[in-house]
This record gives sequence, C-alpha cells and structure tokens, in this order.
Amino acid sequence: MRYLPKSPGDREAMLKTIGARSIDDLFASIPAEYRLNRDLNVPRQMAESEIVDWFRQRSNESGDGHAIFLGAGVYYHYRPVIIDSLISRGEFLTAYTPYQPEISQGTLQSIFEFQTMICELTGMEVANASMYDGSTAAAEAVMMAVRLTGRRSVVIARSVHPEYREVVATYAWHQGMPVSTTGFTDSGGLDPKELERSITQDTACVLVQSPNFLGAIEDVAAVADIAHKHGAMLVVSIAEAVSLGIVEPPRQADIIAMEAQSFGVPPGFGGPYCGVIATREQFVRQLPGRLVGQTTDKNGKRGFVLTLATREQHIRREKATSNICTNQALIALMVNIFMTIYGKAGLRELAKQNLAKTAYAAEQFGIHATVLFANAPRFNEFVVQTSEDPYAINSRLLGHKILGGLPLKKLYPELGNAALWCCTEMTTRTAIDTAVGLVAESERSTRAMKEADVRSDIEEVAR
Amino acid sequence: MKYMTRKATRHVSQNEGLIFEKSGAGKAAWKLPPLDVPEVDTAKLLGPAERKDLGNMPEVSEIEIIRHFTRLSTWNYAIDLGMYPLGSCTMKYNPRVNEVVSRLDGLANGHPCQPEDICQGALRIIKILSECLTEITGMEAITLQPAAGAHGELTGLLMVRAYQQSKGNPRKKILIPDSAHGTNPATAGMVGYSVENLKSNARGMVDTAALTAQTNEDVAALMLTNPNTLGIFEQEIHKIAEIMHAKGSLLYMDGANMNALVGKVRPGDFGVDVMHLNLHKTFSTPHGGGGPGSGPVAVKQMLEPFLPKPVVITKPDGTLGFEYDRPMSVGRVRAFYGNFGMFVRALAYILANGPDGLRQTTEDAVLNANYIRKGIEGAYDLPYPTPTMHEVVFSDRLQAKKGVKTMDIAKRLIDYGFHPYTTAFPLIVPGALMIEPTESESKEELDLFIEAMRSIAEEVEEDPKIVLDAPHSTRVSRLDEVAAARKPVLRWKPA
Repeated sequence: MRYLPKSPGDREAMLKTIGARSIDDLFASIPAEYRLNRDLNVPRQMAESEIVDWFRQRSNESGDGHAIFLGAGVYYHYRPVIIDSLISRGEFLTAYTPYQPEISQGTLQSIFEFQTMICELTGMEVANASMYDGSTAAAEAVMMAVRLTGRRSVVIARSVHPEYREVVATYAWHQGMPVSTTGFTDSGGLDPKELERSITQDTACVLVQSPNFLGAIEDVAAVADIAHKHGAMLVVSIAEAVSLGIVEPPRQADIIAMEAQSFGVPPGFGGPYCGVIATREQFVRQLPGRLVGQTTDKNGKRGFVLTLATREQHIRREKATSNICTNQALIALMVNIFMTIYGKAGLRELAKQNLAKTAYAAEQFGIHATVLFANAPRFNEFVVQTSEDPYAINSRLLGHKILGGLPLKKLYPELGNAALWCCTEMTTRTAIDTAVGLVAESERSTRAMKEADVRSDIEEVAR
Repeated sequence: MKYMTRKATRHVSQNEGLIFEKSGAGKAAWKLPPLDVPEVDTAKLLGPAERKDLGNMPEVSEIEIIRHFTRLSTWNYAIDLGMYPLGSCTMKYNPRVNEVVSRLDGLANGHPCQPEDICQGALRIIKILSECLTEITGMEAITLQPAAGAHGELTGLLMVRAYQQSKGNPRKKILIPDSAHGTNPATAGMVGYSVENLKSNARGMVDTAALTAQTNEDVAALMLTNPNTLGIFEQEIHKIAEIMHAKGSLLYMDGANMNALVGKVRPGDFGVDVMHLNLHKTFSTPHGGGGPGSGPVAVKQMLEPFLPKPVVITKPDGTLGFEYDRPMSVGRVRAFYGNFGMFVRALAYILANGPDGLRQTTEDAVLNANYIRKGIEGAYDLPYPTPTMHEVVFSDRLQAKKGVKTMDIAKRLIDYGFHPYTTAFPLIVPGALMIEPTESESKEELDLFIEAMRSIAEEVEEDPKIVLDAPHSTRVSRLDEVAAARKPVLRWKPA
C-alpha cells in the first residue's frame, strides 16, 4: 500500500520491540466472535492512474460544459487561479485546528483577516471563524437569538431559501421551538402586514434573506423596525455574498448568517461551502463557533489565538453555545483570498457586472414572458413566468447545452409556471440571447396552440 | 537537549503584517473582461439599497497576495512536515490524488440543483461511498449529509429521538462516559436531552454494573466512543449493547476512533445501532486548519425511515435520483447533500487502499501507537495499563513533581520539530498526554518522537526551566491567552 511508510522488516522489528508475536496480539482485546475474518467487500486496490480514470468518467457523467442559469443559493463566479495555488500549500491544507498558536500563526492570522473583512462587508462588529454553510449558520443564528431573548419562537419569511427553512425547522423541531412563516407581497419582499400579525410576545427573532430567494432585495430597515418594536431580534441571511459589493448590507440586523460560497468556492455539487455568523459586539458571548483574537507573546510581539473558548463544547460541554467543533477553515481561506484579490474596488466592479448582466437578461425575458416582482430592486436573480411548464422549456435548453432557471413549481406552487433565473459575470450575452430566444419560441408556440384550441372550439360551437 | 537537532533546525522566518497594512489605494489583483451587455445606472436600479463604500477592504496586487499567504503558511506546522500525534484526531497523510480528482470539472463545478440525469456521476459517487461505508461499519443504511463529526452526532441523536418518539416516548436522558469528547454532551443538549455522566472503571472502561444501574426507561441512548478516548477497546461491548437494548435504549457510537477498527471489526456486528464517521479523520480528507469535515451517520434498519432527506435511490429505469418523500425523516440538517467534495476524496482513499490496504492501515496505526507506548513507558506515567489500540494516554504525574505540566511538555515538543499531542484530555486522566501517531509514520519518525519524549523527560529532571519556557524556536513565544479573552480584539481596525 503506497501510503504506508513501512517495510515488512520494519513491522517485524517493531513487533519484536513491543514484545508481540504477531499483529493479532495487538487486537486481542477485541472479543474473537466479533473479529472480521474476511476481506471487506469494497472495490479492490487501484493504481493512481485507475483512480483518476474512474473519477474522470464520473465527472463526464456530471454535465460538464454547460452555460448555467442556476443560482438558488449556489453561484458561479470566476475563481482566480491563485486561490487553489495557495490553499494547496501543505502548511494550510494539512494542518489541524490551530490549538497550538506558536506553530499555527499562519492559519490564525488568516482567520483574523477573514473575520475583519466579513465585518467590513456586513457592517457588523464581530464575525466568527466560519460555520458549516449558510443553512446551518441560519439555524445557529436563530438559536442564538433564542438564547439572547429568552423567547422560544421564530418567524421566517417564506422568501428565505426553502432548504434553509427546512434546516431551521429540523434544528427547532426537537427543541420544541414553534416556527411560523410569513409570505411575500407582489413586489417580492416580505409582507409587513402579515409579519405584524405573526409576531408575538414569544418571538425570539424574525429571519429574512436579502437578496431573498426570489431575487428581491428586502427593505431590511422596515423589517427591523417591526421586529424591534415587538422586542424580537432580526436575523438576516445572505446567500449571495457578491451582492455585498453593491447592495447596502443589512446594518439594522442583530445577527447576520451568511453563505460565502460566492467568494471563490466551487459549486461542487453542494459543498463544502463556508457559512459565517456576524453580529454586534454585545452578543459575542452567545456566538457559536470559533473566534480568533489578537494578543501578544511573552516578548510583546503581536500574535493570534483561538479565544473566548468558554462558549465552546470542549470547555462547556452540555452548556456550550453549540456543539460545533470542526468548521470550514480551508474554505474560509478560499473566501479570504478571494476577498483580498477583489478588495475594495474589485468587489464593487464585480457586483456591478452581475447587476448589468441580470438587468439585461431580465429585460430581454420580459419582452416575451412575464418577469415577476419586476419593480423590486434585485441583484442577480429574477423569476420568469412562462405559459409552458419550465421543465419542458429546460429540457429543450439542455439540447443547446444550457441549464435553464430553477423551476419553482414544487417550492412556490402559487407562482404557476415560474422559474428562478440567475446571471453572474460569467454569463455571456450569447447564452442569454439563446435562452431568451428559446423561451420566446415556447411562448409563441404555446400561444399559437391556445389560439388553435380556441378556434377549434369556436368552429365546434358553430357546427 | 542532546537530540534536538535530529529532526528540526532553525531557518529564516519571513515577517509579514496584516493584509490591511499593505493596502494602497489603486492597487489591484483583479481584472474583469469587458462587459458584453449595456452598462447600468446602479442608483436607478437599486435606489436606497445601493452601497456606496466598501470600508477598509484591502487593495493589493497579486504578487503581494502570493507572498502574504505563502509567508503565513510557513508559520504553520502540518502533516506534510512531520508527525502530528494529536489523540483522537487521526492526523494522517492526505493523498494528493484526492485533491486532483475532487477538482475535475464535472465534480467541482456541478450545481446541486442541476437535473438528475446530468449528475449521474456525482450520484454514483454518493452511492458507492455509501455502500463502502455501510460495509466498513457493518451497518445497514447511511446519510452523508452532516458536514462534520459534531453535525453527525446531532443528526444521529435527532434520529434516536425520532425513533424513541415513534415508540411513544422520546425519553429524557443520554448517558455519556466521563472519558467522552465534549461534543457528545453539547450535542445531547442541542437535541433537548439531559446528560447523565457514566463513570469509568479502574481499567478505563465502561463499568457495566453502573451502566445497568443507570439504564432505565428514561434513557434514550448511550453515546460511546470505541475504542474509547484512552485507546482502549470496550471488551464488554456486547454486554453494553444488551443492557441498553433490554431497556429499549439505543447504542450510539462516536466513530472518532474508527481508524483502530477498519477491516478488523465492525461496530454493526457488536451491537451498535447508530454511529457517525469522520471522513476528515479515518478517510484521509485534509483537515485544512479546522475543516471542512464530513460526518456521515450509519444506522441499523430500524432507524432508516428517520434518515435526513433526501436519500439517493435507484429509480425504476436504473438511473440514480433523490427521494424526498420520506414522511418519517428527521428533516434536513444541511442545504443540498452535504460536503460532496469530501465524499470524492474519501472514496478515492478507499479505492487506493482496497480491502487489503484498509486492513493494513489499521494494523499499522495500532502497531505505531503500541510502539510509542513501549518506547516512552517508564519515562512517563501510564495511568491505565490496559492494552491500547491506535492511541495511548500518559499523564504528567512524574513531571508534575518538578512543576512541569502536560502543556509544558507539549510546548517543548515543538522545539524538537513535532506537533504536540492532545493535552489535558480525556478529562479522567489529570494532566493527560494523549498520543495518536496514525499509520502514516515511518519507524524512523517514530524513533525520533520517542527520543524527543525521553529527552524532554530527562530535561525535566535536569533543567525544568528549559521545558517551562518552551517553545524557544518559534517566531512567537507563548501567547497571552488570558489577555486575549479578557479584552477581545477580534478584528483589525485602522489606527
């Protein structure tokens, strides 16, 4: 086995030193009746070349080389090559959690920079070292609000990512936390009147997403006013981090639960991604997850350490703020490098390109089909309603190597034949024009079919 | 002191400030292609939602970024540099082919919402890894959705609760041995259970008499790590399972120490009902400075209906797909399907090993730990003389007489070119030195480690100050953690 650095002679010598006759002696504590006396039924040992071939085949079966209009919490942005060059350094890749600060300053300083940049971008005062992803960050943020307010229930906007809502519901279920949802208006934003009716004296927080799942940017200030008026906190989920380059961050929020995948993390069929929670300084002791803080060494030199560990499971055990231990450090490093590359000016320009592509696409789609929530300010996603079932349209788009928008029928049946489309700086005008052309064709033929139906009905009546 | 230069020596370490301190207006490391659609008026599109300023975000060039992070990287210890003997962390070699295959275009760039018929390759990876892991654990069904070990624990206990609920009563308590990892009680708390501590016996194992006395209809499950955090296999494991099952309680196994068992014994065969694995420990996915991990949860058939949704199924036409209609499911624990990139790496590891390689790996891991145990026994106190498997726990009892604690010895080990072992854990051993070498260490590296440990023990006798003041060779000396916590500085601010 090529990963094992021992010769048969080494093994023999070591057994002799230990005083064991054979390796079986070292497994003698396992009762004989449970020992496995056969090979595991797993594939045979493969050469490296075979492994690469095998995965290359799987890769080829996984839809390579399409123009993609899918967003819905996972976004295709360009990943500068130096991200992978840097995270591939063994000192980052193969290091453990930085519990020994004297030999982990690289990881620690980079997390400190990550926390700083997340604060700058979100307008919050503190950010943690990362959470698993945006969905679990949202769930943990809600539980944090429950601890901070001493209240038990949560109101979630229906325009929050449906899978995020499911995760919050799972976390809340066994804790006996009541979860209710609040709908959206014709403009795609949270319905303030319904929110007023949903909030009670027991509401710990309101959870909204902005830009929301339907693409609309929420009026966070207005939602915050309603929540705060009732003594509840406002938790804002941000799923599309690039929006922060051009969209005002939700500064009125008490807690921000973010998914930073957009910042240089590959879509990777759903993960690993990078969640993060940011909040105000006064709430830091209820923040879950790891935190890096600045300090000095014995000689007064600046250095960084994991800090405020009394919140965490290895100290607090059952009284910890969360059970989270391993988080997403290497992915946070990708995010950190991405934020450093684009920085102050680049993030804005990048976001502006997303805005321009989306505005163009929405306008073009709007000529032939209905763009819902058209008046809401949006970033890079929009909902297109068609006459034909979007699944049928998408299967024709696939023939042109295009992955169309996400059909919303199962998630939001009330929107009818609607799909959620997304454009980023990677979306070409050619792809937009082709997709719009096919949707236009679908509209024309569906209309023609309907007209033909009406004509034949009239003819039948006339007979 | 006499062996110090054998593994490590000093070299020049580059200084590097925070990235913000290198920022200069107008520097850039990015370039966007020309826009192929009309420019937009952002004020008109966004109105009051438009952001005008990005605060103190840095502005630097590409070479500065390369140097910044490369310099930072050289301040880290890593498996690639040497042995990383953290107990219960299984810091093994991270094969590079794993990194290559996980970056193949169709896998790295697959969108989780793309139609099932154009992600058959990704689904097949999930299915085959699931099959391998159920075979390795001897369990009957599995979910790969949890993002890390603790997340797996949460998922497992949610399923325990749902199962007990389906029997009419979710029950109140989880039993946890005093040697357990802190995530176990923290998880029980998150799922709304109270925690009852279970004392270990003199041999460092579960006291079955105490277990019998404490197990009743209020106990939903026992959370057990096997081998436990002392590296000791619970010899009475089947009796433990019987005690639990007789009262309708379940046996949960924390799979943190699965590296001692793969290919030699299967938890499903010795009575475990539900367990989690850590792909970032046993299955070689890189730890990355603290993640990403992946924490699959394997279960017996009676818990299958409660698995998080969706699950991967084979459809009538033979293709693979996701099944969402699972009314008894505990729900989702994470958006999409889990840390898929870690699945690719773990499967690549299994394929590189095959059944013979996996078994040899386990044997070497146990051999290495016992070789270290033999090598430093006598120089350090061994509180539990019971045979151990993939890790061993010593205590600082002998050194404490000279005022030297486990953390001091750990810091001195840094000067010898090693990462420290796990300090002060498990809690049942005061002043613990918890050592897990994994299979990835050669005899030469192990010999150097043993020499270093013995040499430090001598130093404690002859010149304890050198150990107490360690490390001496790092770019920063011991850091003031008390000050860090008392007045937290959690972000950079412009002067």
